[in-house]
Amino acid sequence: MPVSKLIGAKIKRREDPSLIRGRGQFVDDIKLPDTVYVAILRSPYAHARIKNLQTDAARRHPGVVAVVTGAEIKDEITPLPVSGGNETLRVPKHHVLAVDKVCYVGEGIAAVVASDRYIAEDALALIRVEYEALPAVIDPEKALVPGSPVIHAEWPDNIAFRSEQTQGDLTKAFKDAHKIVKQRLVHQRLAPIAIEPRGVVARYLTAQKELTLWSSTQIPHMLKGHLSQMLKLPEGQVRVVAPEVGGGFGSKLNVYAEEGLLGYLAIKLNRPVKWSEGRRENIQATIHGRGQVGEVEAAVKKDGALLGLKYKVIADIGAYHQLFTPAIPPFTGLMLSGCYKIPAISMELTAVFTNKMSTDAYRGAGRPEATFVIERIMDRVAQELKLDPVKVRQQNFPKATDFPFKTATGLAYDSGNYQLALNKALKLVGYEKLRRQQKRLRARGRLLGIGLSTYVEICAMGPGFWEYGKVDVEAGGKVTVLSGASPHGQGQKTSFAQIVGDQLGIELDDISVIHGDTASVPKGIGTFGSRATAVGGIAIYQAAEKVREKARELASHFLEVDPEDLNFSEGKFSVKGVPRKGLTIQQIARQAATDKNLPKNMTPDLAAETTFEPSNFTFPFGTHICVVEVEPQTGRVEIKKYIAVDDCGKVINPLLVDGQVQGGIVQGLGQALMEEVVYDANGQLLSGSLMDYALPRAADLPRLKLARTETPTPVNPLGIKGIGEAGTIGSTPAIANAVVDALAPFGVTHIDMPLNPQKLWRLCAASNRSGARR
Amino acid sequence: MDPALKKKIAIKINGVERSCEVEPRLLLVHLIRDVLGLTGTHIGCETSICGACTVMLDDKAVKSCTVLAVQAGGSELLTIEGLARGEKLHPLQEAFWECHGLQCGYCTPGMILTAYQLLQRNPAPNEKQIRHALDGNLCRCTGYQHIVDAVKHAAKRMKRRK
Repeated sequence: MPVSKLIGAKIKRREDPSLIRGRGQFVDDIKLPDTVYVAILRSPYAHARIKNLQTDAARRHPGVVAVVTGAEIKDEITPLPVSGGNETLRVPKHHVLAVDKVCYVGEGIAAVVASDRYIAEDALALIRVEYEALPAVIDPEKALVPGSPVIHAEWPDNIAFRSEQTQGDLTKAFKDAHKIVKQRLVHQRLAPIAIEPRGVVARYLTAQKELTLWSSTQIPHMLKGHLSQMLKLPEGQVRVVAPEVGGGFGSKLNVYAEEGLLGYLAIKLNRPVKWSEGRRENIQATIHGRGQVGEVEAAVKKDGALLGLKYKVIADIGAYHQLFTPAIPPFTGLMLSGCYKIPAISMELTAVFTNKMSTDAYRGAGRPEATFVIERIMDRVAQELKLDPVKVRQQNFPKATDFPFKTATGLAYDSGNYQLALNKALKLVGYEKLRRQQKRLRARGRLLGIGLSTYVEICAMGPGFWEYGKVDVEAGGKVTVLSGASPHGQGQKTSFAQIVGDQLGIELDDISVIHGDTASVPKGIGTFGSRATAVGGIAIYQAAEKVREKARELASHFLEVDPEDLNFSEGKFSVKGVPRKGLTIQQIARQAATDKNLPKNMTPDLAAETTFEPSNFTFPFGTHICVVEVEPQTGRVEIKKYIAVDDCGKVINPLLVDGQVQGGIVQGLGQALMEEVVYDANGQLLSGSLMDYALPRAADLPRLKLARTETPTPVNPLGIKGIGEAGTIGSTPAIANAVVDALAPFGVTHIDMPLNPQKLWRLCAASNRSGARR
Repeated sequence: MDPALKKKIAIKINGVERSCEVEPRLLLVHLIRDVLGLTGTHIGCETSICGACTVMLDDKAVKSCTVLAVQAGGSELLTIEGLARGEKLHPLQEAFWECHGLQCGYCTPGMILTAYQLLQRNPAPNEKQIRHALDGNLCRCTGYQHIVDAVKHAAKRMKRRK
């Protein structure tokens, strides 16, 4: 197969020229004449009944166009949709604006529409609300205690759903074990904090009866489907556009109250309406990630071989479900095996309602939790059995020839070579030398820690989730590619052009990739779960293949030779033995559009579309190794070295893959060291701004050293796995393991995240006082 | 607002003289985006932490969400739109493109303006100095490494051009 110039090439991004000039159009940049601005009144209580709502003063305020309340619109817009879940799922009605009561700080109860955003905010202050405060349920463990206040009165308790999965003989595993290693783990709530908060612009064209909604979304087609249901409009009358989207990370993979509300207002007021989320609103009312409290137990033999694993966990749902809330915790159960042969596994999950914002997909969506559980327990096993954490992992790896590797959780990992990635990482970091250095430094009282994580993750969603692609070589010779993917920084305008350019032998500059507009792209699912290239890219690849096949047929017709007598090279079909006799793809496209004698049943174009649904997920994997030093007098963690070896199968554009891994690692670092959504006991959101919700900054880390192994997947013809979330999944446990390792001389065996200076300083100070340092 | 309470201000933005009447409470970032129509400067928070709104106000990089428009009266402003000379990109813009220093592009204008000030004050910063200078600019997509590479790359280019 000829070596591709484009696949695997570090091509500069085609998205960048407009973005670096500040010409990218994000939702708030959209300016339509006659636009009015929406501001939302949000509950200051975590749990309260709405006794009285007075909007007269707000309505009368100069510049105010309308005020709407939950009671007024509850029959005009259906409650927010929810997907996933099993037969135990309880779905409380989640109205676009609260009707009788509020269930989380930030829940919207009324909306003001005004001629400018400042007036809209002024008018919010004129709305009088009388609340009757109700007891708030905040701690997810306490939410299950009998006698706890119940949030949704239609059910007797706060359980949102439950599930129990067991495979293999756990009783035997735990009986035969040399040791049972237990650990309680808390995965704190995180706020995704895309730097662009959410936003919606909506406009209704009365004559065409067409609603257009621009939203900072990852899923324009799914949003269109749900909105049409919520607003009772035929789908053909709803158009959703994802303009430039300033980051998503799963937080924009959803259907939000404000999207339904703005659609409704655009129709009711017959004027364009705009809502731009503030950052405080964003932390209050955009989905949170993670939020699990659990206990893991590992049954192990004396040599560290795993016999069985039990994970009992409570998932903190929030007051309501958002679109994929019930689907996230089950992913944790699926990936509990990690990179290891574990014959018996069980997960007992109880999801509970609490008076907080909903949890839903956030970079990794259930899989970082699984990887953290298994990688933390492996370190704990190593520590209790006094084995090297590297050996314990290697001991339990499947061989590279054991793939597809069947797990006790019911998955078949597509391909993998965990030993190869681990060896590469160990070599790059100089592991043996590091351990010796650690010994010397410890003798001098310095706290150096080495942490690793050997991870595998499940992505490129997946069976049941197709993606659409179309490739059209226009009569004028340019190529238009349509994709149902909806990138928000991932660079598919570049990588998809590389795929098509490679298939058709056409220059990148002649290929444009269109996505994000349901009027331009007939169908699609969207970008999440690391699927844009591994699913969307394959659809594009297959469409391009079909175009090449059609081009060959057309060429054979136009040149009057058999299709097998044609060579295809560098964008041209030429007759075998007569290389000057041929046609380029562009020439074929032009002729197809105008020729009066096309073969029967052939449409006068050179285009093809397809949907691709993969038969399995893909399972990228790797090893991350982190070296830290903890300063006991300040609790500060300095990351001294970070090595990441990741395997995402074949790579289309190495620049883009590096970018995803680096960005992913830093988000994982955020969870490990500093991020946490904090509600107090009354449900007040304490971390409601970026002054209190700490995010990683450039100076918080050194250069990351990235490397790759390449183990293609058999799941798709390009051998590509997803990579968007792998960095986040692999990094959090590596960093946490490193910090725990650093504090091992104090007898520390586990610390819950975030491992912030306050926490670590307290641990060091307490140990010093008790003289517990060893 | 009662028109009598509005203030008249005159500024020079990206080399162009502009004057307008604004409410005293109008934020500079809203003046730039909504009144003057330059939407390249972005809003990412309300507490001057994220830096997406960074512009040059006279010789200082400022967070325009925490400056009132009236405070900018009589000053010169430089936003992302003012960096390129027609089709010719500023070396920082070229470097961000070359080094894949952006993904979603939302933090990018602010990031570039902060780097612009850094390179004015320190034409050959090392890695540590660059990371420290970017302390007031958050990025959620890139993990910062390619951004740091871009600033180094731009510094080299700009030095060569001198």
